[in-house]
Amino acid sequence: MTDLTRLSAAELADHLRAGEVSSVEATQAHLDRIAAVDGAVHAFLHVNSDEALQTAADVDARRASGEDLHPLAGVPIAVKDVVVTKGMPSTAGSKILEGWIPPYDATLVEKIRAAGLPILGKTNMDEFAMGSSTEHSAYGNSHNPWDLDRIPGGSGGGSAAALAAFEAPLAIGTDTGGSIRQPGAVTGTVGVKPTYGGVSRYGLIALASSLDQAGPVTRTVLDSALLHELIGGHDPRDSTSIPEPLPPLVEAARQGATGDLSGLKVGVVTQLQGEGYQPGVLARFHESLELLQKAGAEIVEVSCPHFDYALAAYYLILPAEASSNLAKFDGMRFGLRVEPETGPVTAERVMAATRGAGFGDEVKRRIILGTYALSAGYYDAYYGSAQKVRTLIQRDFAEAFAQADVLVSPTAPTTAFKLGEKLDDPLAMYLNDVATIPANLAGVPGISVPNGLSDDGLPTGFQVLAPAKADDRLYRVGAALEAALESAWGGPLLAKAPELG
Amino acid sequence: MTAVSAPTTPLVDYADAVRRYDPVLGIEVHVELGTRTKMFCAAEVEFGAPPNTQVTPVSLGLPGALPVVNGTAVEYAIRIGLALNCQIAETCRFARKNYFYPDVPKNFQTSQYDEPIAFDGWLDVELEDGTIHRVEIERAHMEEDAGKNTHVGGSTGRIHGAEYSLVDYNRAGIPLVEIVTRPITGAGERAPEVARAYVQALRDIFRVLDVSEARMERGNVRADVNVSLRPSPEAPLGTRTETKNVNSFRSVERAVRYEISRQAAILDAGSAVVQETRHWHEDTGITTSGRVKSDAEDYRYFPEPDLVPVAPSREWVEEIRATLPELPQARRRRLQDEWGYADAEMRDVVNAGALDLIEATVAAGTSPAGARKWWMGELARRAKQDDVALADMPITPAQIAELQSLVDSGRINDKLARQVLEGVLAGEGGPEEVVAARGLEVVSDDGALLAAIDDALAAQPDVVEKVRGGNQGPVGAIIGAVMKATRGQADAKRVRELVLERIGG
Repeated sequence: MTDLTRLSAAELADHLRAGEVSSVEATQAHLDRIAAVDGAVHAFLHVNSDEALQTAADVDARRASGEDLHPLAGVPIAVKDVVVTKGMPSTAGSKILEGWIPPYDATLVEKIRAAGLPILGKTNMDEFAMGSSTEHSAYGNSHNPWDLDRIPGGSGGGSAAALAAFEAPLAIGTDTGGSIRQPGAVTGTVGVKPTYGGVSRYGLIALASSLDQAGPVTRTVLDSALLHELIGGHDPRDSTSIPEPLPPLVEAARQGATGDLSGLKVGVVTQLQGEGYQPGVLARFHESLELLQKAGAEIVEVSCPHFDYALAAYYLILPAEASSNLAKFDGMRFGLRVEPETGPVTAERVMAATRGAGFGDEVKRRIILGTYALSAGYYDAYYGSAQKVRTLIQRDFAEAFAQADVLVSPTAPTTAFKLGEKLDDPLAMYLNDVATIPANLAGVPGISVPNGLSDDGLPTGFQVLAPAKADDRLYRVGAALEAALESAWGGPLLAKAPELG
Repeated sequence: MTAVSAPTTPLVDYADAVRRYDPVLGIEVHVELGTRTKMFCAAEVEFGAPPNTQVTPVSLGLPGALPVVNGTAVEYAIRIGLALNCQIAETCRFARKNYFYPDVPKNFQTSQYDEPIAFDGWLDVELEDGTIHRVEIERAHMEEDAGKNTHVGGSTGRIHGAEYSLVDYNRAGIPLVEIVTRPITGAGERAPEVARAYVQALRDIFRVLDVSEARMERGNVRADVNVSLRPSPEAPLGTRTETKNVNSFRSVERAVRYEISRQAAILDAGSAVVQETRHWHEDTGITTSGRVKSDAEDYRYFPEPDLVPVAPSREWVEEIRATLPELPQARRRRLQDEWGYADAEMRDVVNAGALDLIEATVAAGTSPAGARKWWMGELARRAKQDDVALADMPITPAQIAELQSLVDSGRINDKLARQVLEGVLAGEGGPEEVVAARGLEVVSDDGALLAAIDDALAAQPDVVEKVRGGNQGPVGAIIGAVMKATRGQADAKRVRELVLERIGG
């Protein structure tokens, strides 16, 4: 048998179903891999060995007894630490939640457990999902398996790095401005941000409620579709959850993999290319466009003029919502509690001391920004204007989708940068999300598919965006591109990654 | 934190104060809705449960938890809005009111801000003498309650000087509707009465609508009372104070009265009233300074992104309107009409708390006049004497109806009826049982009566002569003797008939 950690989730699921391998073996193989390489990658904040093996043994027993199991039953998974897991640490990468053990599961975790996927552990991230590199994690950054001196993207760098380092066949990410897609792009993995409301947010430690969305992090487009179908769907506990059922995603991925895109109109967004994008990134992007064209798609150019203001609007809306969402971390009910070193111990002073000690600089920066943006007298100029821009961006999308079935762009303007390179320049860091942010502002779904290596030998990503609730189009186009690229490369991109350990 | 004003705060005599100044009120009433679960989660609501047992991740504000709007609470809010003659919003949003305080689990309260579910209404408030004062309603909006702090170790029970504080989140997230009036003007010296009558009218409406138990003593209904004075009704509004959490009708009246006297003294002295929150002290009947309100207080309101807008369909609103119960004022008018009571009689009935009792008695078959005679007569006198509420007297409307029907059928007379009532109130059973047990039935056996009459006539032979001589006057003496002999259980009318028959024959 080949190395179990090199299989895609779909392949592993086939082997499990065929009885050729047990979930305990598959789970143990990944735990061994974590033990071997995570010292170098630091994708995990918490490894859940005992419970994962227990779940695996249960699934094996249920399978042996002939029970009808979920297609992904027994396939191990890693979960970003911003997702609340009952009985398992859930820190969101912050000191302020160190030692907190949640008494409940996020809805998507309930679904994962019910389907019998062993949870390998919790993955590293920028504190409260604020960042594009994992360098803002309170527990140290993760490393890009392609080059350990480089960032794995962020905020969900841990989940992407775990996939790229073959520590897990599946992972959960969350995407507020690109935190699934950008790490996918810079680690050569697949990441999907579903339509806003497509996957329940119940149990996601909120960053920006109107932007946050959980989604799959995988190595293949089909795996993302399988995981998306598992975690998606209506949840009465999230009132922003979409009531309608998901479109058929796995079917769309399988259909796309046949390589036929005839009749499909692909819109290239003028504003998401050009200045600020690395030449290698653009070169791979145009090669991918040619492949789509060869598969029968028609390529058109579309203009979304207000995308130029997306970053500015995003950095008002996100901090505003975050400043309120993060108010609950005050040392009163859970998590870190710090008493002032001198002076009276009043509730207000404990709150201040706790927040002063528990939050990192980037979190404080955004709380201050957001508090300011919501203040009386500034609300209209900042938060109010940003919401207007948001409406204009939604209008841009609507007009663009009238001309094309999907929109495409490079996922990130550059490949993975060096650790520490942009740490002192928040604005440069923010620019990394310029292509991914518009989708969050409009609530539309997006996927990043690995589409080659830039001149520096590092992976690049190809982003596909679809109209809200048309997530199936991502899978159709993504799978078609993946199939064309892999046939050109003679295998998956990750086969070209350096061996670890 | 706050300096407690000395009880020697100068006051102006109330009558002088309202002669010199025109009081303007603004009243905010919070009512806790009687839903089974909380505003935004499935935590059960039960009064008096052990601390922190009525909670979910949502009402504790745990990371990751999300709110979902309680549909029943929305329906109740719409009911209240319709009862107060409000417009119901076609769509409205919740907002976050951000402030740090330990009893607010998320450190923001989810509340409606610029988009209330109900707005632009009014309520006609009836004072005890029947005067109607229209109170305009600016809005009624939905929000969630905070938890409850208990400050331990200090002498005052207040946070100041306490060693530590305990927080109970059972109350956190209980649905509230806050009803805000427009400035209430034109009440003049009757402002305190209007305030009281308004809060009382709201309480009655909440009960009839069945949206809350509306028990003041449990804090189900809480009033914040804004008071300001101005030199004349033409002058611009003066600076107001907001007296928080005034939790009984009487206190509402007293607090307004006190603030009018206090503010008048300040204005008389040429000083300015400070815009501030004030605390009401039930025991001493005064208000003291709380925190100073200023424009610096910034709650950073913004639309709650975790909730979609509430958009009650017009069909639903009309359905709710169609099933609204009869409101207290309309009911009073209808009953007065049906019963034919004079205005003053009706007011007395309402003020005595006898409306429900009389309605039930009438429903059990007694005439409106008969029902009123009992409840507003003998029973009201007894209730006052025993210092209990009329409704708490140990007798039911059905028993009063039974008593009256015994009288109407001639089985007992009025005098006996009072003895029967006595027995019922003494716990001897229902009227029939008391009649049987005490042997109080009217003697209607002519044979027994004739024997008593013959005895009486034999004892007073001169009476027979006088009557035969055309003087009916002395008949009364014979009747009296018969009544005495039958211990009052004879029907006096029948006795008279028989006496005249006997003498004539």
